[in-house]
Amino acid sequence: MVKVASTFGRSGTHDFILLRASAIIMALYTIFMVSFLVSADTLNYAVWTNLFGHLGMKIFTMLALTSVLVHGWIGIWQVLTDYVKISGLRAFIQFVVSVALIVYWLAGLLVVWPVEGV
Amino acid sequence: MKKLSISVYRYNPDVDNAPYMKDYALEIEEGQDMMVLDLLLKLKEQDPSLAFRRSCREGVCGSDGLNMNGKNGLACITPLSALKGSKIVVRPLPGLPVIRDLIVDMTQFYKQYEKIKPYLINDDKTPPARERLQSPEERAKLDGLYECILCACCSTSCPSFWWNPDKFVGPAGLLHAYRFLIDSRDTATEQRLDELDDAFSVFRCHGIMNCVNVCPKGLNPTKAIGHIKSMLLNRAI
Repeated sequence: MVKVASTFGRSGTHDFILLRASAIIMALYTIFMVSFLVSADTLNYAVWTNLFGHLGMKIFTMLALTSVLVHGWIGIWQVLTDYVKISGLRAFIQFVVSVALIVYWLAGLLVVWPVEGV
Repeated sequence: MKKLSISVYRYNPDVDNAPYMKDYALEIEEGQDMMVLDLLLKLKEQDPSLAFRRSCREGVCGSDGLNMNGKNGLACITPLSALKGSKIVVRPLPGLPVIRDLIVDMTQFYKQYEKIKPYLINDDKTPPARERLQSPEERAKLDGLYECILCACCSTSCPSFWWNPDKFVGPAGLLHAYRFLIDSRDTATEQRLDELDDAFSVFRCHGIMNCVNVCPKGLNPTKAIGHIKSMLLNRAI
């Protein structure tokens, strides 16, 4: 019997709110990145580092990665509790995906934070 | 005369090792239409071992919920002319254990219905002498909810119910849950919401609306589930 222990939020409602909130942030980040890529005249190292050199952009990026972490964690838990009925296998896949999401978050932090504009 | 080709799901656990599809042929007059239930009754004349449930034969009792050409519905109010395709394929409602042929074990479905406490709860210490009155507006809120006949067509067309029939209440149960949540005479709203506020009971509904698509009474469980989610969200934020 699956309880709610392995998911992210405190209740079904909390999970629901976290999923929607993180989806909004990811959508905004995607729209921003796509419009930046489309509107930029040239894309080179200087343009790229100037963009990520901004404190606001660093925070926005980390916010988006945090959203990926939360959204992915809850989402994969929902998919796994639907389709994987062997609890040991489900726990293993949840573990692998959750660790991967945390690694993305940490890698993102270490890559983005030291960037300085030229 | 027009020849009908029909394929029916057969399984008798006492005799068969596995379920199989049995083909039948039937001749009807050109231009003649009939309900799927009438067709099944004719097949039963040919083959008395065919088992299915039916009672009122007019879409009121909800006994003959079946999967016909891939879509759930009541056999008694589904005309053959409404079925797409040249062949008629009749199967039991998906996702529930088969007892025999087209008869499914509805225990899990009823358990979920029981879970939502489908009765009026009122802790009023001094009940009125005659009856609890409702205004016409309060009564109108129950329209589109109380008409459910528990045929299980909706819940057995819902993948979330297929995967977690023990934890997700399902569209039929949730439609009834909302019917009592908005009843002006019911005082257990908070307690009912507490019992629904887990990751499965309500929130496994992802709004794919299969339930709305198949409901033989034309009801909208997805809308009712949306209202329950709103009630849960309103008290959480």
